Order: sequence, then structure tokens, then C-alpha cells
Amino acid sequence: MTKKDKFGPPFNPRGKPLEANEMEKIPHIRAKAPAKYAWAAGTAMSRFLEELKNGKIIGRLCAQCDRVLVPPRMFCERCFKPTTEWVYLPGTAVVETFSISYIDQNANRIKEPILVGTVAFDGAPPDCGIMHYFGEMKPEELKIGMPVEPVWKPQNERVGSILDIKYFRPRKK
Amino acid sequence: MRDVVVLGVGATAFTSQTPEVNWKELMYDAAVKAYADAQIDPRRDVDSFITCAEDFWEGFSIFDEFTPDQLGAVMRPMMTVTGDGLQGLANAYMQIKTGMFNIVVVEAHSKVSELLTYEHVVEMAFDPIYERPLSAERNVHPYYVAGLEMNLYLHATGTTEEQCAFVAVQNRRQALSNPLAPYGARIGLQEIYRSGYAFSPLKKWEIASRADGSIVFVLAAEEIARRITKKPLVYLEGIGWSSESPWISARSADAGYARRAAQLAYRQAGITDPRRQIDVIEVEDRFAFKELQHLEALGFARPGEAGWLAQSGALGLDGELKVNLSGGSLGCGDLLEASALQRALEIVLQLRGEAGARQVPNARVGVAQSWRGLPHGTGAVAVFARRD
Repeated sequence: MTKKDKFGPPFNPRGKPLEANEMEKIPHIRAKAPAKYAWAAGTAMSRFLEELKNGKIIGRLCAQCDRVLVPPRMFCERCFKPTTEWVYLPGTAVVETFSISYIDQNANRIKEPILVGTVAFDGAPPDCGIMHYFGEMKPEELKIGMPVEPVWKPQNERVGSILDIKYFRPRKK
Repeated sequence: MRDVVVLGVGATAFTSQTPEVNWKELMYDAAVKAYADAQIDPRRDVDSFITCAEDFWEGFSIFDEFTPDQLGAVMRPMMTVTGDGLQGLANAYMQIKTGMFNIVVVEAHSKVSELLTYEHVVEMAFDPIYERPLSAERNVHPYYVAGLEMNLYLHATGTTEEQCAFVAVQNRRQALSNPLAPYGARIGLQEIYRSGYAFSPLKKWEIASRADGSIVFVLAAEEIARRITKKPLVYLEGIGWSSESPWISARSADAGYARRAAQLAYRQAGITDPRRQIDVIEVEDRFAFKELQHLEALGFARPGEAGWLAQSGALGLDGELKVNLSGGSLGCGDLLEASALQRALEIVLQLRGEAGARQVPNARVGVAQSWRGLPHGTGAVAVFARRD
């Protein structure tokens, strides 16, 4: 508080905001949450990740509703029936929705916005698909319904991760 | 008010590792079995779904967002109970009792093999100001609390270490006749002693090993179940749960949480003399002494008596009290929140006459008891019965 606040700060029914380091003055305990996990990808997703290494997109067919589920799962969540066969897809896709992100994980504004969105793969229904980045385009060029294709990392850098695809770029006509 | 019955049950085998499936595929497996057993289609017949999960066990925030697909619950009422499987059953029981829901599914599971820092997550359940700094200072495993409690229990009741070790021998042997149980073994007291003190007076092999698995229950209103099946029904006659204060120093030696939970459940079920009225008993035994403590809390023995019953062979298929014939947690593994449903599953199988080599003849009334585990004192009790 400075000298000119002769009569104290004005009454604020909402209280006063915490100032820097004020938390340090009250008794407190600091702790980390040392929780670590290793999740098995499972039968369907393991195959999907393996195929990413090969530069391929694979799905599973639900014979009941005739949808190709991508990413694949061993059962259809709508029909509650096991999926029956593996289906390779061409990998080309269409932008389902997107957002241009101007804020990073630490809530700082960034100069180069990040283009994120979901794509539906050709050969699979529009309600299946994956989330990913977009690249090789200006933010204003990104549109819903835009045909795109995956840009793969070089084969020797692929590890069986969704990041084996670098991003999706506009499909050349 | 309408009565609640068990329409179907399903379970995966319990096992120490499940790298071949993810948690969704594990749950799907148990769900498919339960729905086949109940003769229902979840997409059409089930009104509400409940999973029992603790976000830190799973490593997910808001785990209930990740459960609809594998249970057939997409676009249906779905919730998670942050509690064990019996607490999940209690919620389903109440939902059916309201009349708003006819068929309710309860799922509990363990994928604990994927939790790399189990001890640390248990540690995070300790009071952060008074207790955690003590564990952190000397890097002590949090199960020391079981040693504290066992010591207090032995002191208060005169139960001996040998009597506790006997439970560990017995339950592992009983697990040999349960095809779902991974930790069945034919061992003697010698092996228990040779395993050494882990947290004295608790010995290493008196501690249940962890396991993965999933269990699904389908509960229904009686009148709905009658339309679906001609099979004899297993009724959920009463269910109760209770929590002690989390202060470790205030912990009772006599599992007060289990006593209170049993009182609630017994009152609903009309149980006044459990030893005479109840045919099959499943109590929590993650640490061998807990079985004895829980039997006393549930009124099957006076304080200090359960150890003698164990030693004299009275707790088993050929004994007076049919206790943990499934192998208990020592035989089936510590399944986290699903251990509670494993207990209930065994009771249902026994009452239906489907318990195979460990079947109690003409079992008509059974009790399942759960304890959520260290460090806290929370537990539940459910009474099941045949009425035909």
C-alpha cells in the first residue's frame, strides 16, 4: 500500500485480488502429483498405429451399420456389435471442422496461429475421422469441406504415433 | 417400493497384465457377457449406466466421458461413481427404486497394470500437510498404514499372527477352484512366514497382488426381470456404505466403517442373526488380517473369535462359515474399485448354483463386503438372496 492511500483502499464488496507472492505468506504445502501411466493401445489402435508407420490409414468395418470406423475399434459403439474386417483407406480426407488457434498452452498469444481441426477420411463416414493439424496453406484458405491429404514424416522417423502424420495439406487437383 | 434383482453378470478373467487390450476392450468383453447373461440388448433395454472409477486410477480427468462406447451407453444416461463397485450397485439400486429406471448397468474395472506409480497415487490419498511429508521424508511405502492397523487389531482382540497367516494360505488355496482367479496357490504357513515382514506384523504374502479385470452387473426392477427371464432371480435385499474419518490416528481397530455399512444393509434385508441367516460370505481381504476384522465387524464372530475360526478350519467350503470361496482379493487380486463387484459376483454365482467346484449346496442368502483400501476407512455391504 502506498502513502497516498491515506484512508485505505476503497471498500470493495468482492474483496481484494491476491498480489504477487501473497500466497507465500500463508501456511501452505507444495506438492507434485507423481502419477505416471502406460496405456496399452489395444487390439484395434495397435494395428492403426502400426499402419501409420507404413504410411497407411486403416479402419474396421461394422457389418451391422456398414460404417468403416476410423480410427478403428473392435466394436461399434452404435450397434454394440463386434466389427468384422480391416479396411485400408486411401488416406485422402475432407475438412470436417477447424479452428485457428492464436493462444498457446500457457495462454500466451502467438504470432503464427496453429491450424487445428478434424478430417473425415474418404471411404469412411463423416462422423468418423481424426483430429490433426493443417499446413501448407494460409489460415484464410482453410475451409470446411476442403479436400486434404496427409503429409507423412519420412519413413525412418515414423514411430507408430498419430504424429507420424505431420499435418494435412490441400489436395492437388 | 419395487424390489431390485440381479438380471445378469459378466466378467473378464482377472490377470496381472492385459497388454493385448485397452481399457475399452476390457470393459466391452465383460459387458457383452453380462448382456448375454441378462438376455438384453443394451442399445434398447438399458435405462441408465454407471461406472465405478477414480480419475487417478485411470489417469483421465472426467473418466465418465470415456465409458459410453464400450457399454452400449452412447446417448444414454451415464455417470461415474467415484467409489467401489458396491457403491455403484447402491446407486443403481436407488435409481431403480425411484421408478424412473427399470434396468441399470453397473461396471467396475481395474487396469492397474498401466498405472506405473501405484504407490505414489496411494500416497496422494494421504493428508498433504500432516502425513505425506512423513512418507516423502524417508521414502516409505504407504502400505505401512496396514501394518499400523494390523498391530492395533491384534492388540485389541488377541488375534495372533499365525491366525492371520492362515487366512493367506486358505484364500490362495480356495482360489484354485475359481477359474477367474489368477493367484491360486497351494502353500503353507511356512511360505507365508518365509516371505518376511513387509510392514510388521504384516507379511509380504499376506498382501494381495494387484490384477486387471472388468465386471459388469445388470440390475432390474423385479417385475421387469420377470418378463425377461424364467430363471430364479437373485434379489438385492439390502445395501449400505459408510466412511470413517480420514485421520489415520483416529482409525478404529474394528473396521467401524464395515460395521456401520452392515447395520444399514442388514436392517433393509431383515438380517438379525448373520451367522445363522447367511449362507455365503465374501469379505475384503487385501491384507489377510482384514478378513478376520471384517468378519467380526459384520457380526459373524465376536472380537478375537474370527482368528480362532480361521485356525480351526471353520472358514471354508467344509467349515461352518463359507468365507471367500472365490479366493478373495488374495486369490483374485486387488482389482481396485472392482474388488467390490468381484465379491458381489461370487455371491450371485453361489446363489444361482453356478459356482462350480466351490459351490455351497442350497445357498440362499449371501453377503458381499467391500473396503476401498488404504489409507481410508470406507466400505460397503450388500445382502443378496433367493426368494423362490
